[in-house]
Amino acid sequence: MNNNPQLNKNGELQHLLTTEGLPASILLNILDTAESFVGVTERDIKKVPLLRGKSIFNLFFEPSTRTRTTFEIAAKRLSADVVNLNIAASSQSKGETLLDTVNNLSAMHADMFVVRHAQSGASHLIAQHVRPEIHVINAGDGRHAHPTQALLDMFTIRHYKRDFRNLRVAIVGDILHSRVARSQIHALTTLGVPEVRVIAPKTLLPAKVERLGVQVYHDMAAGLKDVDVLLMLRLQNERMQGARLPSAEEYFKYYGLTQEKLALARHDAIVMHPGPMNRGIEIDSAVADGKQSVILPQVTFGIAVRMAVMSILAGN
Amino acid sequence: MQLPDAEQLLADLSGKIRSDITTANTALVGIYTGGVWLAQRLHRDLGLALPLGTLDVSFYRDDFDQIGLHPQVKPSDIPFEVEGSHIILVDDVLYTGRTIRAAINELFDYGRPASIRLAALIDRGGRELPVAADYVGATISLPGDKMLALEQGNGGKLNLSLYDKTPSGQ
Repeated sequence: MNNNPQLNKNGELQHLLTTEGLPASILLNILDTAESFVGVTERDIKKVPLLRGKSIFNLFFEPSTRTRTTFEIAAKRLSADVVNLNIAASSQSKGETLLDTVNNLSAMHADMFVVRHAQSGASHLIAQHVRPEIHVINAGDGRHAHPTQALLDMFTIRHYKRDFRNLRVAIVGDILHSRVARSQIHALTTLGVPEVRVIAPKTLLPAKVERLGVQVYHDMAAGLKDVDVLLMLRLQNERMQGARLPSAEEYFKYYGLTQEKLALARHDAIVMHPGPMNRGIEIDSAVADGKQSVILPQVTFGIAVRMAVMSILAGN
Repeated sequence: MQLPDAEQLLADLSGKIRSDITTANTALVGIYTGGVWLAQRLHRDLGLALPLGTLDVSFYRDDFDQIGLHPQVKPSDIPFEVEGSHIILVDDVLYTGRTIRAAINELFDYGRPASIRLAALIDRGGRELPVAADYVGATISLPGDKMLALEQGNGGKLNLSLYDKTPSGQ
C-alpha cells in the first residue's frame, strides 16, 4: 500500500496532499480527533500546548484570506509559531524557484508547510523534496485537490447527519474547475456515501466524471430530488469570460440555489458552501442565510479539522 | 501475584473522600479511560451537586514528540465553572505522575480552581515527578516491566489485571 506519497513506511499520514487513495480509517481518525478539538475552541483559553516550539509556514502562492486565516488560527491554537508568506508578492516575483524557496525555509528549521498554489501538483513536488521530518499540507493546488476543505465538509455532514451510509449528497456547480469537488467526491465515496450526484451544465463538468463513482445530472429538479446534503460550489468569476456560460443571470436561473429549488430536496437537507459565496449567482441570499444553511458552522469546524490534521501529521 | 479487588478498593476510596468533602463546590474529574469509570461510580456514590467532568490529556502529554498523538482522543468535558471550584482528580493507576501533570495543566486552561486533590485506585510507585495522591485505595510495588490496567467487565464490574509490557508499548 506504500506507493502513496502521503503515507510513511508504517502506513501513517506523513503529508496530506489529497483525499484520493486515503483509507477510510485515516479519514475517520482525522474527524474523530477534530471532535476533541471542537471542545478546545469553545473554551476561554482556546489553546493546547501540543505543537509548542514547532514552526509552521503558510506558503500561499495564490491569494486566499479564509483558508490562510483558518490554518493560521489552527496552528496558533496548537501553540505553534506561524509564519505567513504571501509569495505572489515576494521572492517568486524576483525569479526564485519553488524548490529554492522551500530549501531556504527548511534551512530556517520549518517543521510543516501549508501550501496553496495555482499549479496542480505543487504540494506533491514539495512533499517529495523536503527532509523526512517535514510535513506538507495541501491547502489547494490548481484544479487538483483541497483535502482539508473536503475533510471539514465531511465533519460537518457527520455532525448534522450522524452517519454517511444512508445519504444522498449532491455537489452543484462548477465541477470542472473545482479542486474542492474532486476532494469531496473521493472523501464521500471512501466514507461509504451510497449516492453522490453532481449537478452542472455540460460545459462545467470534466470528461468522464462518472468514472469517479458519481451520478451526473444537468437539471436541478431531477438532481435535487430526495437529496440530504447540498454541496454548493463557487462559480469563479473568471470562468464567466469564456464561452462556458452565457451569463451570470442565466446561470442563476438554472443552477442558482433558491428556496424553490431547495424545496425539491429532503425537508431536512443541509446546504453547504466552501466560500467565498457569490450571492445571487450560485446561491440566493434567502438560502445562504436560511435555516437549512450550515455555511458558518463549516468555518468553525474547519479550524478544529485543521488542528486535527496538523497534530496528527506532526506526531507521525 | 495476587492483585487487590478493585471493587473493594473503590468502596474504601469512596469512604475516604466522603469524610473530606466540606463544600458543595466540590467537583470530580475523571481521567480517561479508567479514571472516568471510577469517577462515574464515585459521583453517583457521593451524590455531588456539580456535574462530573472528564479529561483526555492527549493534547497535554509530554511524550507527543516520541509517540505522536494518541489514536483515540476523546473530547474533554468540564461542565462546571472551574474558577474557584474544589476539584478532585480521579485516576486508576498512579505511576510516573506525568498524566497528572498533564491533567493539572489542562484544568488550568478552563480556569483557576480553588484547589485540586488527587484520588487514585492504586499507587504503584515509580514516580518521575513530585506528585502525590491525597486518597489512595492501595499501594503496591511493581517492577517497571509490568503494566497494571483497570478493566470494566459486564455490568460495569471493575477489576485489575497485570500484563508484561511489550517492548514498544508504554
